[in-house]
Amino acid sequence: MKRRAVRPIQMSCSHSIVMLSECGPLLPARVEAPLPSGRLSSRGPSTRAPKLALSEIEGAGALAQDDNTGRNNFCRTALVLGLFLLFSLAALAQSGGELKFYLHSDPKTFDPLAVADDASETIRYLTGGVLLRVNRRTQQAEPELATAWTIARDGRSITFNLREHIYYSDGSPFSAEDVAATIERLMDPALHSPTGDAFRSGSGAVRTRVDSPARITITFPAPVAGMDKLFDQVAIVSSRSANKERAALGPFYVADYKPDSYVLLKRNPNYWRHDAAGRQLPYLDSVRLGIQPNRDIEMMNFRRGEIDLINWLDSEYFDRLASQSPAVVHDAGPGLDSEQMWFNQAPNAPIAAYKRAWFRSTNFRGAVSAAINRADLSRVVYGGHAQPAAGPVSPANKFWFNAKLHAPAYDPTGALRLLQQEGFRLEGASLRDREGHAVEFSIITNAGNKARERMATMIQQDLGKIGINVHVVTLDFASLLERITESSNYEGALLGMVNTDLDPNAQMNIWLSSAENHQWNPRQKSPETAWEAEIDRLMKEQAASLEPAKRKLCFDRVQEIAVEQQPFLYLVNKNALSAVSATVANASPVVLRPQTYWNIETLSLRPQIASKH
Amino acid sequence: MRRVRQFAWLLLALVVLASLGAGLWAPADYAMQFRETPNSPPSHQHLLGTDELGRDRFSRVLYGTRVSLLMAPAAALLSTLLATLVGGIAGYLGGWWERAAMGATDLFLSMPWLFLLLAVRAMLPLNIAPITSVAVTFLLLGLLGWAASARVLCAGVRGLRDSDFVLQARASGLRGPRLLAIHVLPNLKPVLLAQFWISIPVFIISEANLGILGLGVSEPLPSWGSLLRELESFTSFGFEAWKLAPLVLLVLVVSSFQIILSRDEVYA
Repeated sequence: MKRRAVRPIQMSCSHSIVMLSECGPLLPARVEAPLPSGRLSSRGPSTRAPKLALSEIEGAGALAQDDNTGRNNFCRTALVLGLFLLFSLAALAQSGGELKFYLHSDPKTFDPLAVADDASETIRYLTGGVLLRVNRRTQQAEPELATAWTIARDGRSITFNLREHIYYSDGSPFSAEDVAATIERLMDPALHSPTGDAFRSGSGAVRTRVDSPARITITFPAPVAGMDKLFDQVAIVSSRSANKERAALGPFYVADYKPDSYVLLKRNPNYWRHDAAGRQLPYLDSVRLGIQPNRDIEMMNFRRGEIDLINWLDSEYFDRLASQSPAVVHDAGPGLDSEQMWFNQAPNAPIAAYKRAWFRSTNFRGAVSAAINRADLSRVVYGGHAQPAAGPVSPANKFWFNAKLHAPAYDPTGALRLLQQEGFRLEGASLRDREGHAVEFSIITNAGNKARERMATMIQQDLGKIGINVHVVTLDFASLLERITESSNYEGALLGMVNTDLDPNAQMNIWLSSAENHQWNPRQKSPETAWEAEIDRLMKEQAASLEPAKRKLCFDRVQEIAVEQQPFLYLVNKNALSAVSATVANASPVVLRPQTYWNIETLSLRPQIASKH
Repeated sequence: MRRVRQFAWLLLALVVLASLGAGLWAPADYAMQFRETPNSPPSHQHLLGTDELGRDRFSRVLYGTRVSLLMAPAAALLSTLLATLVGGIAGYLGGWWERAAMGATDLFLSMPWLFLLLAVRAMLPLNIAPITSVAVTFLLLGLLGWAASARVLCAGVRGLRDSDFVLQARASGLRGPRLLAIHVLPNLKPVLLAQFWISIPVFIISEANLGILGLGVSEPLPSWGSLLRELESFTSFGFEAWKLAPLVLLVLVVSSFQIILSRDEVYA
């Protein structure tokens, strides 16, 4: 048994989570999975095999007729032919073909450890072999290259038992050495890996210990909450292969790339996974990822049958496609993303003091929230393909969603009552504050995003009913970000939050009062309100704990405070909409990314179905 | 041709009257959202259907026509005047003046106006009334849109300056502004009108595109530009002819103006 010396890896402590998760009670987590039975061959079953068999059988049949050996021979031949026919039909139904869909930009990198954009993330998902994978349907971690893993009681170490006799697409063998090399490179500060940042729990070195070619222990300087699921993003790169970035352990490998045109992925001949019948996966021969930033062209080409699927379909396009081909569109229900608005409460913001006083009033925010008809936003703007949002976490996040929370009811009368408590009064059609200022403010949102522009216009009318005059201002995204993150020169904003991670630790940069993305009042030296201090405490507590129940309790309370205080006015959770061509078999879109091809290994193309949708 | 011109007059009068009296015959307020019937096809209640927020499209076209019919020609007039001033002086005086003016025009054309527009947006307060944003937008378009026309007008004036009849007028003792007013400007009229009419649809489309920068007409006030933005995704799907109403109106109005004024060009 080969042992590997403990190797230190230098880590920077610049990440915001670093200071928050340095201690906490510890619980082991263990997941076991059976090893695949049978021998793992380095070559998959060829789709040509049935054709070869056919020629042999035809020959046998001819011989039988020539020899005229009687009824038994005929029956035997018929049986063999029948079996062959069944076998070949099954094979045709489940293998071969090229799946086509679009990336909306060129991938910035093929290095799976340096992924920071959607296109590269797609390539990583399709080509990278990971130790464990979060099942996009159950949201539970499942074994991949690791057959089992154990998190130590101190929450700093994780030990993986690895599959054996696994080979990269280029034929080089996989072992614990590759995992060690991957972790070492991932945590190298010079790589600036966003994936690596998620693991940075404290200052100090990450150590790896290779116990055997099939067992490795990784030790972090401080406990990492939700550590196992973070490995879903870590594609293991080869430590031996000359072309590390192209040696894949996933179902495909990168075979060709033409900038601005396409990325061609081909089936990994050494992929380890087999289906229940023992057939090597994936079924597809290749995946062609066209580069197409224009969504209209993407839609047009989908309808022409030139591509097979679309992720994150716009609700308007969804409805139009549904009216023509209801079978190709999929609404997987509320996704993780939310749309929200908020008021600028920053003390140094260049806005009138009386307006800041409104924005800092819980009753004012609550009144605005109650006066917004979220059901109408969902129905009109998203054609019913969105749900009024209850709070910071979407119901799509099965474990972390606080089921006690419900979306605020549309209640303009209640809103006026709350405003009266704060000294506001209606004068004719105009709401005025205690000092007589007419209540008006602007909402900025990014130009070009039709859904947000429409929501802002609907909010404008809703608030007009309680006498608030809203100015909708659409800005280019750069100007918008400059106002929100730097100059703080805005009053209200309407934007969305994209959640790719289920774990609340990923939201530390939003909820901590000291955080950059604590949008309503960022970078506070110390919490300016009691409820923000409470959120800080709870977020740190959950981050330091390895006990899921305790973490859930803390984060549930954070969600409740967020709903009581309404620093963000959560509007809707958009549904995860997608389109999958009828030619694609076994597709089962889900709410988590990547919606449509999360089960890429088992997707196949039906050859006989017309490609027009 | 006379009948065509009469028809153009009639159409233009109808459009102007309809837009000026929008408050009288618009079936609904342009901002009123009938949220139960978004994107509905034409009906008795909504003659041109409703937009994506359920707003009556016919009412919005009427009010939008009022905004665009007033502001786009005003901006086109401003830019044509500036172009006439710069191009006319440069072409008439010639020599060093022409080289300097055209050099300045080239420099103006090469400027990255996008950044100027961004800076203007940054300087404007966020809380401005929609009508103010309309005025600012078209003023900017008028101030920035003269340079290309100036080059055309400069060439036109230069041609007239060197023509035989102007030479003869000079020989007769006609000089300066009088020569310009009697012989140059009347002959420049077709070019001026062409520049003016070309500018109107350009400014209307520009106003729609400026929405991306946060300029342009802000919600809920409609304009032809904002109504035309509805057609952005029109190519992808089914044909909903009623959505083309603002485009048809734009083409009809601009064509009517040109037909009416082409008469003067014929006699010029």
